[in-house]
Amino acid sequence: MNNREIIARRVAQEFEDGDFVNLGIGIPTLSTAYLPEGVNVVLHSENGHYNFGPLTCEEDKDPDSINASGELCVVRNGGVFFDSTVSFDIIRGGFIDKTVLGALQVDQEGNLANWKIPGRVVPGIGGGMDLVVGAKKVIIAMEYTAKGEKKILKKCTIPMTATGEVDMIITEKAVFERENGVLVLKETYPGVTVEEIRELTEAGFTVDENLKTMSI
Amino acid sequence: MAKIISIKEAMGMIQDGMSIMIAGFLAVGTPEKLVDALVEKNTKNHTLIAISTAYPNKGSGKLVVNKQIKKAIVSHIGTNPEAGRQYINDEMEIEFVPQGTLVERIRCGGFGMGGFLTPTGVGTEIEEGKQRISIDGKDYLLEKPLRADVSFIRAHKADKNGNLTYRKAARNSNVVMATAADITFVVADEIVEVGCLDQDEIMTPGIFVDYLVQG
Repeated sequence: MNNREIIARRVAQEFEDGDFVNLGIGIPTLSTAYLPEGVNVVLHSENGHYNFGPLTCEEDKDPDSINASGELCVVRNGGVFFDSTVSFDIIRGGFIDKTVLGALQVDQEGNLANWKIPGRVVPGIGGGMDLVVGAKKVIIAMEYTAKGEKKILKKCTIPMTATGEVDMIITEKAVFERENGVLVLKETYPGVTVEEIRELTEAGFTVDENLKTMSI
Repeated sequence: MAKIISIKEAMGMIQDGMSIMIAGFLAVGTPEKLVDALVEKNTKNHTLIAISTAYPNKGSGKLVVNKQIKKAIVSHIGTNPEAGRQYINDEMEIEFVPQGTLVERIRCGGFGMGGFLTPTGVGTEIEEGKQRISIDGKDYLLEKPLRADVSFIRAHKADKNGNLTYRKAARNSNVVMATAADITFVVADEIVEVGCLDQDEIMTPGIFVDYLVQG
């Protein structure tokens, strides 16, 4: 199993039946492939709808029906279309139960950086800043390091997306949660030691007294 | 009351340097006919207000490729490499705005409000130059209204009074952008007689619409 699949499988366990969720592209979106039996989530899309899914047949193809990544999609029965202001009223208003996003850096204060690397072409912000501030729970899904560079830091070194909003970090090696403003190591992947996590992590963290093995 | 005009008449009202709101999300909901006509007219130094610079060959991105945009106020440029190139080479200025903030600033511009307070962007680069205001212990940024000289709207159906409906995800920024420009141009898939739209289904009341552009 590759890292992406490990992370996506672990993310999927965080969803409860009926959750309204907004997922970033890549690993977060992949997580819906591993939803536990009996758990269905309602996917919200920034461009103005919820309860969408991928195209499954040719006759549903409609150029006016895309998701926020620009892919053609189907808004299922029970779903609804709305305009951009309502879409972000939903986000800012706290109606999204969970958002799952990737990150370039996360730090021990719950700060997130995922929109800009100075000196490089910037794709932009899109709906990311609003989502992280507005969603009830913010889950970061990412590989533990980037080409050997540490990503879980004391303080983000590149421009931030939001401050103090990250609730949980899910990686292929470990799972952290922020509790009372402190980063807590909750789970490690089979075979990964706490010492190894310490070596790969700049941020300060405590180890949960009931440290578990990641089950995927 | 909305008037029906030709695309040539519409283009006659657009001049160099005007600010232009172009509705659509990754070109879905963008009136391509108006964008194409503006590319042909080749006016310059426009300020583009849009959710993104879309694609090089689709939506508002075509104006970027044709070097008609001096400044873009957008949330995203990642799908248009030419926008990235012009930005890096200082050929085009970009003001990045979080998407929710962008559409709400436009709403303020359209509806006579002096701005709004949002928690989005507090403590980030977006805060630079803005007032931070604390309300009951929570911090917000004061975001100011945004208007444009003209807006380009794509509807599904329009009646001859300018009442509009939209289809599916093509609604996106059309609803709000129809309210916030001095001149609102609409291209509809279909123009119908007054009375042919179900009054309960109208999404943009015609009072916001200046011109329905034909052909």
